[in-house]
Amino acid sequence: MMTKSQVLEWLRATAVVIEENRQYLTDLDSPIGDADHGINMDRGFKKIVSKLPGVEEKDIGAILKTSGMALITSVGGAGGPLYGTFLMDAGKAVAGKDELSGDDLVALLDAGLKGVIRIGKTNLEDKTMVDALHPAVEALKKAVADGQDTVEALHLMTDAAYEGMKATIPMLARKGRASYLGERSIGHQDPGATSSYLLLKTLTETVEADQSD
Amino acid sequence: MKKLINKPEDVVREELEGLALAYPDIVKVHFEPDFVYRADAPVKGQVAIVSGGGSGHEPMHGGLVGVGMLSAACPGQVFTSPTPDQMLEATMMVDGGAGVLHIVKNYTGDVMNFEMAADMAREEGIKVLSILIDDDAAVKDSLWTAGRRGVGTTVLAEKICGAAAEKGWPLEKVADLCRKVNINGRSMGMALTSCTVPMAGKPTFDLPEDEMEIGIGIHGEPGRTRMKLKTADEITEMLALGVIEDPAYTRIVREWDEGQGEWVEVELVDPPFKAGDKVLAFVNNMGGSAAIEPPIIYRKLHEICEKKGLKIVRNLIGAYITSLEMQGCSITLLKMDDELIKLWDAPVKTIGMRWGM
Repeated sequence: MMTKSQVLEWLRATAVVIEENRQYLTDLDSPIGDADHGINMDRGFKKIVSKLPGVEEKDIGAILKTSGMALITSVGGAGGPLYGTFLMDAGKAVAGKDELSGDDLVALLDAGLKGVIRIGKTNLEDKTMVDALHPAVEALKKAVADGQDTVEALHLMTDAAYEGMKATIPMLARKGRASYLGERSIGHQDPGATSSYLLLKTLTETVEADQSD
Repeated sequence: MKKLINKPEDVVREELEGLALAYPDIVKVHFEPDFVYRADAPVKGQVAIVSGGGSGHEPMHGGLVGVGMLSAACPGQVFTSPTPDQMLEATMMVDGGAGVLHIVKNYTGDVMNFEMAADMAREEGIKVLSILIDDDAAVKDSLWTAGRRGVGTTVLAEKICGAAAEKGWPLEKVADLCRKVNINGRSMGMALTSCTVPMAGKPTFDLPEDEMEIGIGIHGEPGRTRMKLKTADEITEMLALGVIEDPAYTRIVREWDEGQGEWVEVELVDPPFKAGDKVLAFVNNMGGSAAIEPPIIYRKLHEICEKKGLKIVRNLIGAYITSLEMQGCSITLLKMDDELIKLWDAPVKTIGMRWGM
């Protein structure tokens, strides 16, 4: 189970993690992109944090939708619409809820992933964030269906996201600016898959830290 | 990093503040959300043209706002697409009741953000059509990439469509004109040096002293191939032949269909150049090359066009669509006809391009 305060904490903790990884994400984006991913995500998650006090009393769906809109209006690039839609669609899937069951978490992330695929017209193995998100959502789905407890299920999800992120290294990019490099995009880890992994890893750590308190 | 800036995060805002102070007779600047718009906007009964994209390409797009060209431009952070709220507010500000054309360069982020903004503007009751510019012949296929990038032809399309809007053309006809310019224009660029995004603080890629990158875009992103440095004539020949000998280019783009009320997929084909074509030749400085160099490129380009049977009827030389302080150039050829020539010659008054008034 994940509570509303854990969702708020997840968003705040992600802002910290993104800030810590700002240079790393930007460095990943330099050889195959345009060297701005960490900078843009940092600006976006800081905007989310500034918006949270206004929505803390609302339900999880509203919190995620506000966060998504904050990203859309502050990030720019492809990351803004993609992560913004991810959070907005995730929010719509859990509208009105103040806590999330395992099934709700699956619904939330699945809706977010589908939003990214819709907006980005992305397929698996295009070397994008979908390559981290898709296996992660599938792993969570399976773990919840198998009756794993929330923390264990989230760990399996994070592991799958990590594997998915690493699997982008040998891929040939077919979407976004990296696609222009053709063969030269091979050998580089996708920055979007990396930020997606960080987002899910932070979610897992937030829920786990709260339970061990 | 050595730049004439204060704090990296203030670069875009302070540039806009400077433009507003320097050119009040041409543009006004709106902050939060940021956009540059015509000092006399909205012009009643006239189609408005809105473009935008990441900053770092100056004078495009803010320096191309004014009478006879863009109605508004939305600057993003350096090399980062602007956000839909900027485009929405700019669209609402300049709409004179005849509708708004969005001219969008084909980059994943620009396309997504402009699509969102166009949908939002239509919800506000504004008629919006969008045309993509995808003219970078350095990108060979559209199947396995995000498609050709929008580069030099963007500047030409903004000038020509701005003239048509000024003459009172209706929205659908301005959109058709923009599509026509796009499919008849092709570009290719090269870099002698990389460039440094202010917030990143170091060059986007390393390029050794004796090497150059061919087929670059305008974001400091690496190009298709890297090779040993060559002479201006050899470089010009590579770029010019890449443009002139490029075969027909077919791809599918998304356009808004007003009749169906939805985004539809449209197949477009760029016809190849052929002997006898009249062309506009555009030699663009990527930002960091000395002004003495582009005419050297033009000199050779003129010779090659003559040899290939292309008649240069108009030209444009200088820094119009730049990649910060990158040294290098791009060549754009646009097939012209009498209608395009007349619109090209029409008066324009922007910060970066001005004639006839």
